Amino acid sequence: MTFSHAVWLAVALPLAGFLVNGALALRRPRATGLVSVVGPGVLVAAFVVAAGIFLELWREPPHAPTVVSLWSWLPVGQLQVDLAFQVDQLSAVMLLIVTGVGSLIHLYSVGYMKADPGYARFFAYMNLFVAFMLVLVLGSSFPVMFIGWEGVGLCSYLLIGFWFNDKVNADAGLKAFIMNRIGDVGFLVAMFLIWRAFGSLDFTWVTGHAADTLAPGGAVVTAITLFLFLGCTGKSAQIPLYTWLPDAMAGPTPVSALIHAATMVTAGVYLVARTNVLFALAPVSSTIVAGIGALTALFAATIALRQYDIKKVLAYSTVSQLGYMFVGVGTGAYAAGMFHLATHAFFKALLFLGAGSVIHAMHEAYHATHSHEDAQDMRNMGGLRHAMPWTFGLMLVATLAIAGIPPFSGFFSKDEILSAAFARGGEAPIYYLFYAMGILAALLTAYYMARLMAMTFLGPNRTGERERTHLHEAPWIMTGPLLALGVLSTVGGALNLPHLVGGHSALERWLEPVLAPGLAVGRLSMPEGSTEYLLVGAAVAIGVIGLLLGFRATLGRGILPAREAPPDTGFALVLNRKYYIDELYEAVVVRPLLWLSRVVLWRGVDQGLVDGAAVNGAAWTSRVFGGGLRLLQTGHVGAYVVLFLVGALWILRAVIR
Amino acid sequence: MTQFLQSIHYGEWILHALIVLPLLGVVPVLLGDPKSARRTALVVTTLELVLSLGLWWALVPGQAGLQLVANIPWIPSWGISYRVGIDGISLVMVLLTTVLMPLSVLASWHYISTRERGFYALMLTMLTALVGVFIALDLFLFYVYFELTLIPMYFIIGIWGGTNRVYAAIKFFVYTMTGSLLMLVAIVVLVWKVQAATGQLSFAYEHLLRNAGAAGSAAPWLFAAFALAFAIKVPIFPFHTWLPDAHVEAPTAGSVLLASVMLKIGTYGFLRFAVPFFPGVALSPAVSALMVTLAVIGVIYGALVALVQPDFKKLVAYSSVSHLGLVMLGIWGGTMQSVQGALIVMISHGLSTGALFLLIGMMYERRHTRLLEAYGGIARVVPVFSLLLTVVAFSSIGLPGLNGFVGEFLVLLGSITAFPRATVIATTVVIFAAGYLLWAIQRIIYNRLDDPENERFGDLTARELAVILPLVVGIVWIGLYPAPILRRMEPATRQYLEATAVTRTGPTTALGVLRHVVEEARR
Repeated sequence: MTFSHAVWLAVALPLAGFLVNGALALRRPRATGLVSVVGPGVLVAAFVVAAGIFLELWREPPHAPTVVSLWSWLPVGQLQVDLAFQVDQLSAVMLLIVTGVGSLIHLYSVGYMKADPGYARFFAYMNLFVAFMLVLVLGSSFPVMFIGWEGVGLCSYLLIGFWFNDKVNADAGLKAFIMNRIGDVGFLVAMFLIWRAFGSLDFTWVTGHAADTLAPGGAVVTAITLFLFLGCTGKSAQIPLYTWLPDAMAGPTPVSALIHAATMVTAGVYLVARTNVLFALAPVSSTIVAGIGALTALFAATIALRQYDIKKVLAYSTVSQLGYMFVGVGTGAYAAGMFHLATHAFFKALLFLGAGSVIHAMHEAYHATHSHEDAQDMRNMGGLRHAMPWTFGLMLVATLAIAGIPPFSGFFSKDEILSAAFARGGEAPIYYLFYAMGILAALLTAYYMARLMAMTFLGPNRTGERERTHLHEAPWIMTGPLLALGVLSTVGGALNLPHLVGGHSALERWLEPVLAPGLAVGRLSMPEGSTEYLLVGAAVAIGVIGLLLGFRATLGRGILPAREAPPDTGFALVLNRKYYIDELYEAVVVRPLLWLSRVVLWRGVDQGLVDGAAVNGAAWTSRVFGGGLRLLQTGHVGAYVVLFLVGALWILRAVIR
Repeated sequence: MTQFLQSIHYGEWILHALIVLPLLGVVPVLLGDPKSARRTALVVTTLELVLSLGLWWALVPGQAGLQLVANIPWIPSWGISYRVGIDGISLVMVLLTTVLMPLSVLASWHYISTRERGFYALMLTMLTALVGVFIALDLFLFYVYFELTLIPMYFIIGIWGGTNRVYAAIKFFVYTMTGSLLMLVAIVVLVWKVQAATGQLSFAYEHLLRNAGAAGSAAPWLFAAFALAFAIKVPIFPFHTWLPDAHVEAPTAGSVLLASVMLKIGTYGFLRFAVPFFPGVALSPAVSALMVTLAVIGVIYGALVALVQPDFKKLVAYSSVSHLGLVMLGIWGGTMQSVQGALIVMISHGLSTGALFLLIGMMYERRHTRLLEAYGGIARVVPVFSLLLTVVAFSSIGLPGLNGFVGEFLVLLGSITAFPRATVIATTVVIFAAGYLLWAIQRIIYNRLDDPENERFGDLTARELAVILPLVVGIVWIGLYPAPILRRMEPATRQYLEATAVTRTGPTTALGVLRHVVEEARR
């Protein structure tokens, strides 16, 4: 018995937590003590299992994945899908991130959600989310992965709409699920095409036989990968399906940190890495992946420049950073994409949890004075570094990480993606454009993060005279996880230190067995020597410049509290209103669809054409033509029956003759 | 279990018992006290369920062909006999019926408060008819049961229905009658043709199946008659407009039986009779293209119209049009995966839609309205009800891990080879399905609670939990471990596929069919 064979425990533990907390939520909502133990407890236990598996793989790196089959799920003729989990280097990394970061966020939530009447329900949903997320990363076939893929969507839906009595929150949950479902059509169709091409849906079979089954660059593999990527744009909030993620901030902040920053939204990146050989065989698709990624990275970063809600800034930042990851995997630098996934999980979870602490403090201050100001609007903050030094310091670490300042973790991962895109430019020049967009997005990233930090923590405080005295640092149960994430955000780059600074690209080598099929098709040659130094230098310079500009521009002008602030005008308004994309979707897709359904299909076809003209018309005709008979009838049914009998007999005669 | 069943000669009497028991139950229901009718009905339907469960073990898995066949001559001079038997497909349909029947009785406990004796007598007659439809192996017997399902339902809607019940009941009756009379004609013609070819006058299913080729040039007409009868029953677009009216007016138990079981008679009819009798016609490129096109239109159309329904019951009725469209696509998909998927959709739709109608009935009993706008925010007041509504809704939406996904996935996966474009179009239904149901449950259990009436909305009682929970167990079981059901159906499905194996050539799009028809006409 090894840890790898007990991998089902990692799923079963949070699932058991869901059942216990769910039962408590229904029957004993006040049993918060038990919930506080079970909720984070099952996560920590799952993390132990994950760590055990990781160490096992570390000691003896396997060349083939360990597949643990629980039972036969869909045995239908040639199709044989087992409910099975796959342990290999890639799923082990995800397993560690999900349970590790998940544990920290669960602990934080004990403090953050303490006063909420839905405390038990919250942990039930969070536990269920982790269980599904682990099914997603561990599934050994496309359909099993899809259980997790949709399951995390369900939990996301439930947690975004957690405070469901507010219609805005319920709307946001609905929007998230529907947008994800649009992507899921892609995932489903991709599965059908894979089935048609391979006669199997198991990862080991598909990755093992892809190179012999599919023609490189052919229509089939291109279609498969594009449909898969459609799924990614939904789950990982890329253009054109990204608009649900900013709205998803309606959920409690730990949810934003766990689901909408660190884990679920990275599932698309994981999917591309998992199916790397398919994408490697489809250069056109890969270019589209990288292109959409670069475009999203830049586009979302511009929107982040003009948001006032602290969580909205971070949400667009997440969309933008996910774009980077897709640039990475679309370039063929799958390890770099996964590397950024890991570091981003650390620093973005830290940023969200830090923002949560800020909101928590703001909310309590306003609550104490019965004020109804917006606790998430950065224009109402300012100068919080005095009241919340720990939060400030730790969020500063995360800011430096995301801005790409060495030696913080984000520097290494982002630099690797950009360098890879630059290198790919040698053979496909459009990648130079993606590189340039990435660099520009990096500048904007540093800028909006500096703006966020300056508006929140620096300058004079704008919360209000009476409220100011109530602002204070969060309790240790919240600051503790922040500290752990701060450490990870700082040293996370060590996961995959490049040769340039004396590292050995540990993560890249670790993932080698899983990524080998893809790399065999299209290996990437990374820049070396002076080019490498130049690229690194440029990236660092861009980050520093962005930060300086951001701090200067924000501190240089007086900021008014939200209530007194003048409305944005011109391009600033366009950015603040997110380019009016939501309004565009509403006008072009949602309303016409409802109009088509209501006016054309229901009233027109159903009630007018079929019922009005055909059915009732037939009844009317039969009444008119059966005028003589009608007088004999006492009820309608008889009339119809006779008519139809006559008709039937007539046909009978015709057929027999 | 198998040994125990053998020791009591279960296989020899069970099918007769399932038919006779409910009819026997009618007697005490009619003669007894009106107040005790429901209890008698519950006892009889539960006994029927317990008896039927043995079929699960009595059917030898892996063995193709019809089992437990019994033959009793009935009208020998016309070649009609009382002939019954089951295979894996009949098995699951019978079990679906016997499971839902006691739940429907239990759901009517307070809902039906007038003329209880009549109601429960009709319910028991219905049970006999529904079981009969799925086990009949004589075409005349099948026709009798087919019609017999109609009459109790007509009265259940017409007497215990809503305000517009008479219109709905007549519409339902006339629609179905239209098709079934044509089918009767087709049955008789087929029997005569087969008699002419073989010299044997018989309505026996296997005999007709073996010799259906004798239909010759009449085959297209005969198929058309069968297909129309079943298409109305399914219902396939554009023969569906009786369904929303019938559902909205029917009492809860009527809606449950209608949606969960009666619609499946249509798809069962295609699988058992229409397609295997006339595979050359049914699976010809032109007819295939027509059926698949109508199926996919039904899938999308039903979902879109469901999206804009203000009445929750009507919404679910239109969603049935969508789900049953998937079944039709699966049948014509013509692979092991697609047909097995179609069967699973039939079962899943029975459980999920049945559960939805039961929950709607519980809402109606509390608030006397099914309009979505009357509700809102009740998740805080009734967490158990809200949880169950959410689970059932997600099962209907096709969340993997619950039952709806299994069938949907297999149908689409299995149809991609024969009908790639239709399959991709049909796949988009996952968006709309989430749209109409989640939007509906948001307006019921989420949003602001602003109507004080909803504040008093009581949570589910023990009786109501007893109605819903068995279905939820089924929903989770089929979602996670459908293998036992799939294995039991597989021999029957394989036999169906072998019997209907024809090569597909020619047009496979609606436009192609049009062109084909025009060319034929020119010739």
